[in-house]
Formats: sequence, C-alpha cells, structure tokens
Amino acid sequence: MGLREKLESGGFALTAEMAPPKGVNTSRFRECARGVKGRVDAVNVTDFQSAVVRISSLGAAIILLEEGIEPVMQLTGRDRNRIAIQGELLAAGALGIKNILALTGDHPVFGDNKQAKPVFELDSVNILQVATHLMEGKDLAGNPLDGAPDFYLGASVTPLFDPLELQVLKMEKKIEAGAKFFQTQAVYDIEVLKRFREKTAHLDAKVLVGVIPLKSPGMANYMNKNVPGIFVPEVVIERLRNSEDKVKEGLKIAAEFIMQAKEEKLCDGVHIMAIGAEENVPVLLDMCGF
Amino acid sequence: MIIMQGKPFEKILEMLKDVGKVFITGCSLCATFCMAGGEQQIIEMKERLENEGKEVTGFVVFEASCNRLQVRSALKKKKEELGKAQAVLCMACGDGAQTVAGVLEDIPVYPANDTLFIGEVERIGHFSEMCRACGECELGWTAGICPVTRCAKGLLNGPCGGSRDGKCELDRENECAWVLIYDRLKKMGRLENIKEIRAPKDYSRAYNPRKIVLARRKEG
Repeated sequence: MGLREKLESGGFALTAEMAPPKGVNTSRFRECARGVKGRVDAVNVTDFQSAVVRISSLGAAIILLEEGIEPVMQLTGRDRNRIAIQGELLAAGALGIKNILALTGDHPVFGDNKQAKPVFELDSVNILQVATHLMEGKDLAGNPLDGAPDFYLGASVTPLFDPLELQVLKMEKKIEAGAKFFQTQAVYDIEVLKRFREKTAHLDAKVLVGVIPLKSPGMANYMNKNVPGIFVPEVVIERLRNSEDKVKEGLKIAAEFIMQAKEEKLCDGVHIMAIGAEENVPVLLDMCGF
Repeated sequence: MIIMQGKPFEKILEMLKDVGKVFITGCSLCATFCMAGGEQQIIEMKERLENEGKEVTGFVVFEASCNRLQVRSALKKKKEELGKAQAVLCMACGDGAQTVAGVLEDIPVYPANDTLFIGEVERIGHFSEMCRACGECELGWTAGICPVTRCAKGLLNGPCGGSRDGKCELDRENECAWVLIYDRLKKMGRLENIKEIRAPKDYSRAYNPRKIVLARRKEG
C-alpha cells in the first residue's frame, strides 16, 4: 500500500526523511533507506535542504525507486523558475514518482553556497498549482502535454506559527491549490498540536506530524534559538539533561509523543526527520511498535 | 529615490590607476541626498585624489545626472576642463554615470558609487528599500506594503516558515512583510485579500532594458 492509499483509507501513515548524499557515494543513503524499507509508507527526500548543495531530490528519489522504496520528492522554489519546476515535475511523473511535497525553500544565505542567486519565482502555493495544471494535462501557460502525470501532492505547515491564523490561511490556499497531505514542522508539545488541530478541524487534508528525535539538550537549545517554528519545552530539555544515554532518551521522548498523538487521534501519521542520524529511525519505529 | 553608496576609495584608485587628470561629476538629487555625490563630497573627493597625486581638472554638479539634455548642456559649458581630463569620475547613480558616459563617448567614465536600491528616506542618512520596480504594482491588495521587495523571498501567497516573532529569517532586525500585511489587512477588515491565490508574477513585464515613450498630448 502506498502513502496515498494509506492516508486515504484512514490509516496511520509513517514517513521518514532522508537527505540526499553530498557527493556521489550513495552507499549510506541506500543503507539507511533499506533500514526502513517495508516499515514506513514512504521516504521523503529533501531538496537541497538548508540551501546546501547535494544530489537533487529527483536523483535521490530515483535511487529510492531503485531500492523499491516509495519516495516523497520535495520540490522548492528557491533554485528554479517555472520552466525548471515543470520540467522537474514532468521528469518525476515520467519516472514513476507519485508524491510531491511543495516547499518555498530556505534562503541561500543559510546554505553552503551563500553567493547563489535566489529564484523564488514560484512559492509553495504556486508549485502546487503548477503540479495540478500538469495533472490536468496542461503546462502553466496552458499548452497541452503529451501525457499527464498523476501526483499525490503535499505541503508543509508550521503549527507553532504566530499568528497561527496567517499560517492557517496559507494552509487553506495550499489545499485549494491541490495539497492533499501536510507534513508539519517538528512539534514537541502535545498542546501545540491540539491547538493546531482545533484551528484546522475544518480543513480536508491529512496531517503528518513532524518528529525530530533530540540528541542532546544542546540540540534542543540550538533549535529553540535558531530554527523558526520549533519550540522544545523546558521539561523535555530537563529530561534529556538528566538522562545517561541522551540519544536513547531523545528517541524515547519522540516515541512517547508519537504514541500519544496517535492515541488521541491528533494526526493522520508522523513524519520522522532524523537529520543526520537516519540509522536511528528503525530504532524509533521499534520503540513505537511499528 | 535611488539609494547609493560610495565605493571604497581603494577601488576608485584602482579604476583610476592609469589616470593622472580627472574631471568629477555629481548630481543634486539622489546622490546629494545619499551624501555620495553632492558638492561637498566632490570637494572631499578632489582633495583625496590630489593627495594621491592626481590632478582634478574641474567638476560639475548636474541638476539631474539622469537627464541627458541637462547633462549635455552642462558639460558643454565645461568643455575646457573636460578637454584636459583623461577620465571622468561620476559621483551619481548607475543611471547618472551612464548618461554622462553616453554624452562623453570618447572619454572613459568611472563610477564612484555603488547603486543599491530604490528606497525611502526614513530620516537623514537612514534609507530602506521599498520598491523593486517589478513592473506590476501589488500594493493595492497588500495594504500598501510591498511583499515583492520587503519579503526576502518576494512571496505573494503569505509568509514562509522562516518568519519568527514577526521578524524575517534573514535578518531578525527586519519585520516580516507578511505579518505586517496580515496585521494591517486585519485592522481594515480585508483579510480576504490574502485568501485568494496569487499566480506567479508575470516577469515578462520586467524584461530589461525597459523603455517607455509617452504619447504627446495633442495641442489645442
């Protein structure tokens, strides 16, 4: 069963995020992907995450297909104009990539090639719009296609955004543009998730809650200070501080959060972002009993 | 106003390394306001160049360095001083420098300034970018706040995930344009303005160089 079928049939979906390799050595990437094969519904590949040069998301998604794993290909507007975005989507469609996650993208200034010219011709909403056009057999300018792709479109949302109403407005636009599922920024506070679900109860879209297992109190503090939309409550940081094996405790915290969110039906699935520690994803899945 | 800033003096010297005699031009408009090409800055530049052993054959402050007819007629009056110079140092914006270069075809014109942006004078010496000359003004539905310019990503459909505490992810000193737009539209009761999906901008309107010829109104 694919991601779409799982979500649309009301199942609890699991996705794991993997950053494509920086270089042509794909062995670790393949190994981590194989580690979750059959245990998650899809593996999400990032698109030059944090504006860092890597194998493109299309390339990484093809590697996943080779491994027999269903990919979710992220696509950002940072590096491409509408011609490139449509070409990338058509290539994805032709190669059998079904799931597309549309993102605006981080600014190049945060990456490892800071001098890059940012494009941002299409934002996340526009990328969804364009993908929808392609599925209808036309490009953005209305020209006909020889064969239309069939995508399951997704987007991101930040439950902690302030003002939340503004984020919900944008989420509504993404749904109108074609988004069927959302993967959220990492959430650590179940109350934040509850509030978000209340405010978005009227929306017809599946929500996979973002989970980033913490590795240390330092990582939590760093994210609180530097990563927009993420807030790790002090009680969680305290737990990490008092633990012997911080990585294990971080996974335990994540597992408890996932189980609670699932039991209380606060989401339609979870999206695990292990950022650099992808080998821990199977461990976390074990802890959750998935 | 066009906002500009003087190039580092070493860069100017580098451009003028083979030039002994130089004529300086300035501009009474934006360059004067930016303190980058008014009479006072020209005199300071003249002294600095003379300290480096250059001869300044003369200078002129144009009423508008971007007006070709005015520049041509003002330069005509400086024919003698210009004739002695091997190069012109233009202390105006990039447009002003090109106007001068266009009029003085046979003598090199060097820019003394870096042209930065179209901006607003908040108070003397404080400028901020407000317009990117995108070719199709969006201010009508954004409560008068330009997302093309004031959002670091130029987004038209709402904020990116990087906005935090109402500030931009690029520079926490800068307001998030989308939070400003949201707040102001909400106050006006016009939040529906941001509910509508905005198509990507029509960049064919911004292909450069752009040119306009206004039709002359018929007399009588």
